[in-house]
Amino acid sequence: MKKIGILLTLLMFLFSGSVFAAPKAGGTFVFGRGGDSVGLDPAYETDGNSFMVCDNIFEALVFYKDESTALEPGLAESWEIAADGLTYTFHLRKGVKFHDGTPFNANAVVFSIGRMMKETNVKFIGKGYDIPKQDRTPEYWASMEMDGTIGSIEAIDDYSVVFKLKRVEAPFLANMGMDFADIISPTAFLSNPKEFLRKPVGTGPFKFVSWVKDDKIVLEKFNDYWDKKGGPYFDKVIFRAIPENSVRFLELKTGSINVCQFPNPADIPLAKKDKNLQLISQPGMNVGYLSFNFTKEPWKSNLHLRKAVAHALNRKAIVDNIYQGMGQVANNPIPPTMWGYNKNVPGFAFDVELAKQELEKAGFKDGKGLGEITLWSMPVPRPYNPEGLKVGVAMVSNLAKIGIQARIVSYDWGTYLKKQREQPDDMDMFQLGWTGDNGDPDNFLAVLFDGLASPSIRTQWHNAEYHDLMIKGKTTIDQAERTKIYERALQVIFDEVGTIPIAHSTVIWPSTKNVMNFKLHPTGSVRLKNVSFK
Amino acid sequence: MLAYIIRRVFILIPTLLGVSLIVFFMLRLTPGDPAELMLGERATEESLHEVREHLGLNEPLHVQYGMFMKRLMKGDLGETIFTRQKVWTEIKHRFPATLELSVCALFISCFVGIILGIVSATKQYSVFDYLSMLGALTGVSMPIFWLGLVLMLIFSVNLGWLPISGRLSVLIDLEVVTNFYVLDSIITKNWVALKDSIWHLIMPAVTLSTIPTAIIARMTRSSMLEVLKQDYIKTAMAKGLSKFKVVYKHALRNALIPVVTTIGLQFGVLLCGAILTETIFAWPGVGKWMYEAVMQRDYMVIQGGTLVIATIFIVINLFVDLLYAIINPKISIK
Repeated sequence: MKKIGILLTLLMFLFSGSVFAAPKAGGTFVFGRGGDSVGLDPAYETDGNSFMVCDNIFEALVFYKDESTALEPGLAESWEIAADGLTYTFHLRKGVKFHDGTPFNANAVVFSIGRMMKETNVKFIGKGYDIPKQDRTPEYWASMEMDGTIGSIEAIDDYSVVFKLKRVEAPFLANMGMDFADIISPTAFLSNPKEFLRKPVGTGPFKFVSWVKDDKIVLEKFNDYWDKKGGPYFDKVIFRAIPENSVRFLELKTGSINVCQFPNPADIPLAKKDKNLQLISQPGMNVGYLSFNFTKEPWKSNLHLRKAVAHALNRKAIVDNIYQGMGQVANNPIPPTMWGYNKNVPGFAFDVELAKQELEKAGFKDGKGLGEITLWSMPVPRPYNPEGLKVGVAMVSNLAKIGIQARIVSYDWGTYLKKQREQPDDMDMFQLGWTGDNGDPDNFLAVLFDGLASPSIRTQWHNAEYHDLMIKGKTTIDQAERTKIYERALQVIFDEVGTIPIAHSTVIWPSTKNVMNFKLHPTGSVRLKNVSFK
Repeated sequence: MLAYIIRRVFILIPTLLGVSLIVFFMLRLTPGDPAELMLGERATEESLHEVREHLGLNEPLHVQYGMFMKRLMKGDLGETIFTRQKVWTEIKHRFPATLELSVCALFISCFVGIILGIVSATKQYSVFDYLSMLGALTGVSMPIFWLGLVLMLIFSVNLGWLPISGRLSVLIDLEVVTNFYVLDSIITKNWVALKDSIWHLIMPAVTLSTIPTAIIARMTRSSMLEVLKQDYIKTAMAKGLSKFKVVYKHALRNALIPVVTTIGLQFGVLLCGAILTETIFAWPGVGKWMYEAVMQRDYMVIQGGTLVIATIFIVINLFVDLLYAIINPKISIK
């Protein structure tokens, strides 16, 4: 009897909430970020600060799972893909409302996606909507060449939409989970198209309340949200713009904000020591890399020279000292969390002797005959590289140890991007990086390194096998087959040193300890539906 | 005086025309463009061309300038490239924040600076004089960034007396009438917001006032010393007038003339946006906005904002010149 009593007491203790804290409904959650949103129309924005608010107001047909880029049903309950990969039929969720009370249905999907098309080849059920002419380019739609992918969008009944594609595009489903493919209220948009980006209306767990420019955006709980499981818990969510990293961290320490986006790396150890704070981390879906100007010699043809550079770099020291441990050395140009990652690719070992031998085989023993080379480095912090110039300096020093003289070249960010793309003659190597959009390897490997696909690809590496693999990857629907294709592509790019991956950064955001279930997503999205206070 | 004012207003037009030409062409000759920054690493030639087409950046320069001037004649500063909002609306929204902060900072600088300057001048070479001028030198030399963070650490984090940043606590709702939060709190009788908005103003205003205080103190001291050496001051003292009357009634009025110019120019500088202070204290004013526009190459914001700032400067200069005449009627406006 006594033992049962003790057991019962233990069980009560376990489930009392003092060990497993239960989510508390209510409260105001304040998110401290480094800048304000630009606009809140997901089709037209390109910056993370806009998307993070859109993530809570709008929803797409498919969702990315928590902390993963695997897909699950979103506003579409299910879908079918035709055997030829050219027709996608989405079956929509019923009983979902927009924040303005209008119903979510097939016409809303046709409108939301159709408005981004250059030629609006769409079909509504019944009266439908007049899609107004675009007054600006939907940038993500354009840069992902969606007009070349989607032929038509048709509502076949109130809750079924058919997308007919012009070409097989394996990442299409993943693309439909991105912010630009969010579903908006046609009624709200048409009532004032120009103002929609400042008065957004979606189906998400939080609805828009107000926006004080450069200060705060206020959202409140949408009581008619369709998914009652697991939130939304907060009454209000406020996104506050606090540009200076140190100040944002101080606001967190005093509890005025609940999450601090992108603190200074030096503040992370302070957050670790603070009993009132906790750290939330996630390997970033990104890569920082060093690439070559393949439009000129010796980089174009001299594989040994490229290998010499690759083995000369002490990437671990860069990650430890410049990334301050908030990252990992990259062996592949896609992060290890992504499917298609090739575990058998060993990465470029830091080996000064091997680097010197490769340099000799390249015909430039001790760097003689090579001359001074330029190493372009970006001047601004990027998600994949906290201090491009410092990384560049570290690389210059590494190269000097094998006899290669290099100097840093930099421009302001806009100029850097523009000039680099022109592949100027005075550029030998350049640093850049990428944050993935949809968790598909094509989004990294084809977009960044398939020089044969387009002259505007930033790394103009021309490799026929790699190019064929990229085309096969796009046009193969079966995931297992695609995995093999991309694993092979990663081996090829490693063998031929098409690029030198440097690091994948780890995103670490401190929060107050009373915040529960805040998870960082690989795509960078900030979804607050399941988040609560303890 | 009226003729003088009218003449000065007319001169405004060619001045602003010159400013618009310089800013417009300098911007377009600067490398990098808004399309490139908008698209970032995702930019391709095709997508860049499309975005530039929408923004009108593919037109010849003289056509772009013509379009800009045509809109300007109608009083339209255009739309921001990134937020697609009217530039004038964005300035109107942010300007009250900068004005509120600037007025507060100017008030502190004038009050402290003039008193320090007067006392230093009347007690020349005393310990007070040396300390106050050392303080002025420190004020001018101190990085605002550093000062702001130190004040935050002391008064917000350690003592908990003042809020760290922003204009108002996020949990307080204030009905915005004029967008001057202190004034709006009084108008709407929201006493909680009144206290909160004043508390939020203190640290950024003190931080922003350090340089102008130092400049005004030094200028007042120099000017006072100059005036106190004049014969009429010696005559007044010899006649037995009290030192207080001599200094504040006779000397100060003349000593203030160059100080008024300094104050006017400092006000112009403050109004043009205290970028660092606004950034550190997350103060949503014009300065920070213009800086971000420069980094993003938002041409319309830079053009429109520069024209507005140039106009403010010119108007303040005119006002200062008129004030000269009022302070000292012997100065004639021609």
